[in-house]
Amino acid sequence: MPEFQRFSYDVLVIGAGGAGLRAAIEAAANGVTVGVVCKSLLGKAHTVMAEGGIAAALANVDDRDNWRVHFADTMRGGQYLNNWRMAELHAKEAPECVRELEAWGALFDRTKDGKILQRNFGGHKYPRLAHVGDRTGLEMIRTLQDHGIHAGMEVHMECTVLSLLLDGNRIAGACGYDREKGRFYVWQAKAVVLATGGIGRAFKITSNSWEYTGDGLALAYRAGAELQDMEFVQFHPTGMVWPISVRGILVTEGVRGEGGVLRNKEGRRFMFDDIPELYKEQTADSEDEGWRYTQGDKAARRPPELLTRDHVARCINREVKAGRGSPHGGVFLDISWIKERLPKSEEHIKRKLPSMYHQFKQLADLDITKEPMEVGPTTHYMMGGVRLDGDSQASTIPGLFAAGEVAAGLHGANRLGGNSLSDLLVFGRRAGRYAAAFAKANGQVGVDETGLQTAAEAALAPFERGSSAENPYQVQYDLQEAMQNLVGIVRTESEMEQALEVIGQLRVRAERVGVGGNCEYNNGWHTAIDLGNLLIVSEAVTRAALLRKESRGAQFREDFPGKDAEWGKHNIIVKRGADGEMHVEKRLLPPMPEELKAVIEEMK
Amino acid sequence: MATPATFRIWRGNSAGGGFQDYSAAVEEGMVVLDAVHHIQAQQAPDLAVRWNCKAGKCGSCSAEINGMPKLMCMTRLSDIDLNEPVTIEPMHTFPVIRDLVTDVSWNFKAKKTIKQFKPRPPDAPDGTWRVQQADVERVQEFRKCIECFLCQDVCHVLREHHKQDEFIGPRLLVHAAALEMHPLDAEDRVSDLRRLHNIGYCNITTCCRQVCPESITITENAIIPLKERVVDRYFDPLKRLFRIL
Ligand SMILES: Cc1cc2nc3c(=O)[nH]c(=O)nc-3n(C[C@H](O)[C@H](O)[C@H](O)COP(=O)(O)OP(=O)(O)OC[C@H]3O[C@@H](n4cnc5c(N)ncnc54)[C@H](O)[C@@H]3O)c2cc1C
Ligand code: SF4
Ligand code: SF4
Ligand code: FES
Repeated sequence: MPEFQRFSYDVLVIGAGGAGLRAAIEAAANGVTVGVVCKSLLGKAHTVMAEGGIAAALANVDDRDNWRVHFADTMRGGQYLNNWRMAELHAKEAPECVRELEAWGALFDRTKDGKILQRNFGGHKYPRLAHVGDRTGLEMIRTLQDHGIHAGMEVHMECTVLSLLLDGNRIAGACGYDREKGRFYVWQAKAVVLATGGIGRAFKITSNSWEYTGDGLALAYRAGAELQDMEFVQFHPTGMVWPISVRGILVTEGVRGEGGVLRNKEGRRFMFDDIPELYKEQTADSEDEGWRYTQGDKAARRPPELLTRDHVARCINREVKAGRGSPHGGVFLDISWIKERLPKSEEHIKRKLPSMYHQFKQLADLDITKEPMEVGPTTHYMMGGVRLDGDSQASTIPGLFAAGEVAAGLHGANRLGGNSLSDLLVFGRRAGRYAAAFAKANGQVGVDETGLQTAAEAALAPFERGSSAENPYQVQYDLQEAMQNLVGIVRTESEMEQALEVIGQLRVRAERVGVGGNCEYNNGWHTAIDLGNLLIVSEAVTRAALLRKESRGAQFREDFPGKDAEWGKHNIIVKRGADGEMHVEKRLLPPMPEELKAVIEEMK
Repeated sequence: MATPATFRIWRGNSAGGGFQDYSAAVEEGMVVLDAVHHIQAQQAPDLAVRWNCKAGKCGSCSAEINGMPKLMCMTRLSDIDLNEPVTIEPMHTFPVIRDLVTDVSWNFKAKKTIKQFKPRPPDAPDGTWRVQQADVERVQEFRKCIECFLCQDVCHVLREHHKQDEFIGPRLLVHAAALEMHPLDAEDRVSDLRRLHNIGYCNITTCCRQVCPESITITENAIIPLKERVVDRYFDPLKRLFRIL
């Protein structure tokens, strides 16, 4: 019988990215005991990779900006499927959260008068992203980490949660194992905050790391929580395409924000050819106007390269399919051209986009100050996630909260760049506060010992099957291949039906995977365990995408290419039924209050 | 156009281990981490390795490649002579957990002994500060650190003299410099740097600076100015006199 090491906290935070750390700091500040569990070392979570910036209507660069504009931009970007309450709170509280970060030591780039500088990003009407060159995520996670270690929280690094524990219908903590030795743990807790991030590893081409196997979504789903908006997976328009081994690695939108342009192999700026109705009013109609916008001319409108990500990704896809792509199956992204407009453009680019310069120089032997890059779409962000109450971040399971990429609601059908880092701060803080309050208001919980044993035995099963059984890496690879080809940027019913079949077969194979060696830092074993989660989220994405018979935001259905007004009033909910099967249903959006409707009207 | 190459990877744990040879096909543009992943997926599923971003941003994949401390994800195979086996081993300064994974937890513990950021009162009534870009840039260099701990790995005070209990190493001196030179910080760490963190143990060999993948000028920009602050406070007779007066 596997042994368990036992810990007990008021609040357990699962995940130590921006959302998890912000939640833990807040919970600790509210006077409860806090434990944090994360799969990697502290400071290595996905948040560290974020580049472009944090969206907040500070109005430091353009004083016309305020929460109402940010709210309207977020709703428009999400095609109005967003949880409007979250969009409202986010727009209102983001500036305060950015200032809080500064008070904890973050050092953002500055305006001439010494305030926090803000940059342009797709879908944001005014320059809104507080940033540090193109390594904003590093600044954010390090600030939270360095503040957090003195804030009174116990961190369990390199531990993976296997399942959530319930006491009756209430959350009771989580169990898992450490990567170092494969020892099992119980973290008993009165309240749990899920902050586990996204699902990018379900696809072959992705900007996401090994961590993104959808664990939080699968944990919540298996515990009986509702998931929402699972069909909306963001494909970022600009990932690296060459060399093959770096395919998918992100090229920040900041490149376009600083004046970078997209061209096909004929040299044409194809983004001017297709500007959606919803954005016509706000988009430049000449190259010159677009350039002036990126340089801060308040009278100019934004260039079409800064349209929302779903749209830019599809335009790139179209160019490539039409044979107008670059040599390695992407298109050209050019920032070097600004030498025609700016003196000392090389230094300017290196200062504004240092890690992009470094990344291309080192990984692709290419100098972005002199040559165009080749880029193509890459799986980037999960808009869907755990369904929550907008104010408290409470899920449908009492005591279970969620924040960050694992949560659904704020972004609707498509997320605007920069709105994730602000999301982490605003809702991490809220989740931490409400989880602490829940823990204070509710008594101790018990742990179901037989459940623990079952979880541990299931986790150890791959060792019994041994190394001659099915290879876990191969099963993961086959799933990624299927999701990429059948449930990617362009979707149709027949392909998705096929995907469901493949997922079914892969589930059988996943049951048969085996690993050799022992429990000590065994990556093969970890991969085998994560498979179950990847399969759940892949099925949820596919079923939700099948049900939504329209194209909206990140979901593009070739068989239903238009928007459907009826679907525009509904979210899709995914839940495990009493029969153990996955249930998918449409649910009416709650009505929006008149004041918010008026804001949207006013900003049209 | 794949070329075959041999990778000599250290396998083992705290009890001991040794090198094992694997062959893998190398294609254009591949980095060392790609080769390790290929080997893991096809030949050695239980091979232990850390990574996250694959783009030099997270500092997870540190190792010694042909004896040189490097990030595996940023070391291109085209820059290595593939006629000889490529050796890949864990960082030596830290206790090995398994294969290429080491126990770097000491760095996290040692960091806690450095006094945290304490801002001066806000400059504006709305609780915000005004800072010039030039002042920000000086410190931003230090804040680029991705905590790969390669500099700690090469520092002889830690690697050969095992002074982990007394000396915080270059990474954490960079951290202390980032705080001390932060335009808003009002805390004083000079006495700690001298007595608790023993900055004096560093004899400016510059080994740390030479391996930093973020090209942080660790010695010249961080350590030497910190040493100067210590000297100014404790060894400059004139200044000492002024303080007494
Ligand atoms: C390359 C890149 C660039 C980006 N740039 C931007 C940008 O400029 N602006 C912006 O707003 N957004 C950006 N994003 C998106 C944004 O960075 C992420 O959405 C965000 O950081 C997610 O934060 P999080 O706190 O939700 O999760 P993460 O930071 O990913 O943290 C998840 C945590 O959960 C832990 N975890 C997961 N599963 C388990 C488990 N089973 N057990 C225990 N722990 C677990 C992980 O170890 C990790 O600590 C970018 C994303 C990428 C990939
Ligand atoms: S310069 Fe100092 S800190 Fe750096 S490696 Fe040499 S002794 Fe260590
Ligand atoms: S200072 Fe450089 S070498 Fe040292 S940990 Fe930071 S990034 Fe790595
Ligand atoms: S994997 Fe992140 S630095 Fe190498």
